[in-house]
Amino acid sequence: MSIEIKTTSVEPIRHTYSHTARRFGDKPATRYQEASYDLEAKTNFHYRPQWDANYELNDERRTAIRMEDWYAVSDPRQFYYGAYVGNRAKMQEQAETSYGFCDKRNLLTRLPEETQKLLLRLMVPLRHVELGANMNNSKIAGDATATTVAQMHIYQAMDRLGIGQYLSRIALMLDGSTGAALDESKGYWMGDQLWQPMRKLVEDSLVVQDWFELTLLQNVLIDGMMFPLVYHKMDEWLESQGAEDVSMLTEFMRDWYKDTLRWTNAMMKAVAGESEANVAQLQQWIDHWEPQVYNALKPLAEASVGVEALDEARAELSTRLKKVGLQSQGVSA
Amino acid sequence: MAVKNKKLNLKDKYQYLTRDMAWEPTYQKMEDIYPDERFEGIKIVDWSQWEDPFRLTMDAYWKYQAEKEKKLYAIFDAFAQNNGHQNISDARYVNALKLFLSGVSPLEHAAFQGYSKVGRQFSGAGARVACQMQAIDELRHSQTQQHAMSHYNKHFNGLHDAPHMHDRVWFLSVPKSFFDDARSAGPFEFLTAISFSFEYVLTNLLFVPFMSGAAYNGDMATVTFGFSAQSDEARHMTLGLEVIKFILEQHEDNVPIVQRWIDKWFWRGFRLLSLVSMMMDYMLPNKVMSWSEAWEVYYEQNGGALFKDLERYGIRPPKYQDVANDAKHHLSHQLWTTFYQYSQATNFHTWIPEKEEMDWMSEKYPETFDKYYRPRYEYLAKEAAAGRRFYNNTLPQLCQVCQVPTLFTEMGAPTKLSHRQLVHEGERYHFCSEACCDIFKHEPEKYVQAWLPVHQIYQGNCEGADVETVVQKYYHINIGEDNFEYLGSPDHKHWMSIKGEKPADENQDAA
Amino acid sequence: MSQLVFIVFQDNDNARYLAEAVMEDNPHAELQHQPAMIRIQAEKRLVINRETMEEKLGRDWDVQEMLIDVISIGGNVDEDDDHFILEWK
Repeated sequence: MSIEIKTTSVEPIRHTYSHTARRFGDKPATRYQEASYDLEAKTNFHYRPQWDANYELNDERRTAIRMEDWYAVSDPRQFYYGAYVGNRAKMQEQAETSYGFCDKRNLLTRLPEETQKLLLRLMVPLRHVELGANMNNSKIAGDATATTVAQMHIYQAMDRLGIGQYLSRIALMLDGSTGAALDESKGYWMGDQLWQPMRKLVEDSLVVQDWFELTLLQNVLIDGMMFPLVYHKMDEWLESQGAEDVSMLTEFMRDWYKDTLRWTNAMMKAVAGESEANVAQLQQWIDHWEPQVYNALKPLAEASVGVEALDEARAELSTRLKKVGLQSQGVSA
Repeated sequence: MAVKNKKLNLKDKYQYLTRDMAWEPTYQKMEDIYPDERFEGIKIVDWSQWEDPFRLTMDAYWKYQAEKEKKLYAIFDAFAQNNGHQNISDARYVNALKLFLSGVSPLEHAAFQGYSKVGRQFSGAGARVACQMQAIDELRHSQTQQHAMSHYNKHFNGLHDAPHMHDRVWFLSVPKSFFDDARSAGPFEFLTAISFSFEYVLTNLLFVPFMSGAAYNGDMATVTFGFSAQSDEARHMTLGLEVIKFILEQHEDNVPIVQRWIDKWFWRGFRLLSLVSMMMDYMLPNKVMSWSEAWEVYYEQNGGALFKDLERYGIRPPKYQDVANDAKHHLSHQLWTTFYQYSQATNFHTWIPEKEEMDWMSEKYPETFDKYYRPRYEYLAKEAAAGRRFYNNTLPQLCQVCQVPTLFTEMGAPTKLSHRQLVHEGERYHFCSEACCDIFKHEPEKYVQAWLPVHQIYQGNCEGADVETVVQKYYHINIGEDNFEYLGSPDHKHWMSIKGEKPADENQDAA
Repeated sequence: MSQLVFIVFQDNDNARYLAEAVMEDNPHAELQHQPAMIRIQAEKRLVINRETMEEKLGRDWDVQEMLIDVISIGGNVDEDDDHFILEWK
């Protein structure tokens, strides 16, 4: 008798939360679903923000993009916090091994002076671009409403801080941790003609108000040309300069970029797929920004691997955008 | 040429790896990049004076946080697989979790949004990075709480639609408006409100004794997420203290602004925590520490040390702390007797404390419990035993600022209801206290906007005019499952069957 | 008026080493056991030394490892490679 009672007492009375069940049905939900859907406040806000009284808190009108349901944008990687840090912890462990190895064997300081200089002038200043990306993604995480969208951007923000830190460590290895190499590299960022169009672009991105325009600019357009150019094409070029060991130190960035393509592509597909109006708005932003991104990266390409490589990167981006019905310059492969 | 690199110390390494990535912009103006930094009147002369509250680079962050998460989820899995809900002290305990999930967890999410925002608003890179790290931590807390409660939700009522309820249910506007207030303020006030007044001064009261209480009541899942979340909180608290010291050191004009914020946010936080006082004293069947004891340790003692430290900046303790200190003898009892009357409109159950519990309260509250509160429970128990379990059908008057019903009494006069009112631009506003009235007077344009749940019901904005329709349709509180008296509730019956006992008769069991 | 600093650890294996090290280096501290946690308070100042911890553990120990087991703190924090200090000045 009491055994029967015990059995019924472990029968669940429901399988998941009501807000999860409304989307996915009352069946056991994944951790991603329970952690990512409909958690944010949606209505009955008490006070208008003093920093932006035109809109309410969690106001969907902070972007010109319209979605019937912003949760149509979700993460193919299904990263909730625990899954995210678990994944990055593994990546950092590998990176740590490479950095440790490089440091111990003095692989960078053994490079010719010329090559060391190239790294400080052409690669390390990208840490500042990463800080800009960090700021932009933090803004987006604060403005986006749906948790699925907001969380991808805070992960992205923290990732960019991490990448900036890895790039900085390259310089710290070169200068014996005095900071001199970082100062030198920052000097290029501030004054070298090669970096000025890029620095202007980053500063311009910091005043973009519409958060979806910003994610398009930062995570799709800038990254979409910069990562293939720097971490693939320049990487091969550095190898030809006898600096193949540097490749070990940028493995994290390559793995990371491959990983982010999954969600940025999914996000673009969902948003462009929603309506003609969205496509028109996205196209307008692309027309405005894409040439600027190209021009910002051009001096870097010219000083290293050559403009053809940038054209290839541009074409790669164009192919990605074409898949979701958007046009950009550059010859599609 | 190849010099062996010397190992960086934490502080130098951290400077190189965070702030040094920032630069002085020349293509855009500072005030366009950081438009929200000035309007509050806080003067920052030199951001380079910012002391990083902790020095965690992302690689270390990923590593340590992943380790914490691994431990945490191992316990969640074990808890669910072994039906850990059967091992708690008593199902009444779960009601504290219902309040937690609908009242606190949504705040974790709001904190994630708020810190993401301030993580962009400051022009000091050190402060931004510290805020961003807190943003992602708060996301963590919001999500691990969903996961920790997920198993309970499968076996108990009242946990099933927390975010929806948080936006609508009358008493949940207390936490909601608290965080909306902070998020709608400028970045410096947000940090003073949340990082300093809430995280540093007050959250210990929620997370430390309450979570220890969860452990004492056999709730492995909750104590694990609670303490695991608190391990992030140690960083957040340090941020709270550093930010206050930084603002105060930057300019003397900042002192009166910060003092007013501390006065306001101490009080807002104290009112919010009145919900926690009843969780601790009434909703933990096995009791660890009374609210009054927790208040003494975590506010009077620790807060006292803190404010003594801040004296050198010209900061005094919060204006109404004497009222709060006096209230420790009454708070939980006044809250519980109120919620007892309004259980028809809550997602958790209430009950009359059992005899041993009342004796414990007599011991912990020697000057107040027997004198003022025990007689009420004895009366209510008698009524319930006679088949007249009391529910109050008159909607309560809510305070315009804290949104708690005006249920508190005056300091030193426990039978005198505390109430203030004020006419502002032809409208009359009601307050629970002098402190809330003060807060209103300083920013009436903000507090007139408040979405007061009771007003909204009367104005017909909640899908119905009668309480039953509002509760069911608008709040999504399942009538007869989530609400009303604990004794005889489906949760109670379910628990009895878990324990292999016959469901008790609610009338006989009331005392 | 007395000015106490405090630190609270989860009651687990790591914390036992931490508590032991803290009590050894801070003879004026008071240790309290509460369900699932260990609370240590002291007048004005508490220090955790890396050296003591390494002695207890018999391995290298990074001060930041402590973050995994700490529940709460009270006092100004001063942290570097060799120690973690809580104090009211």
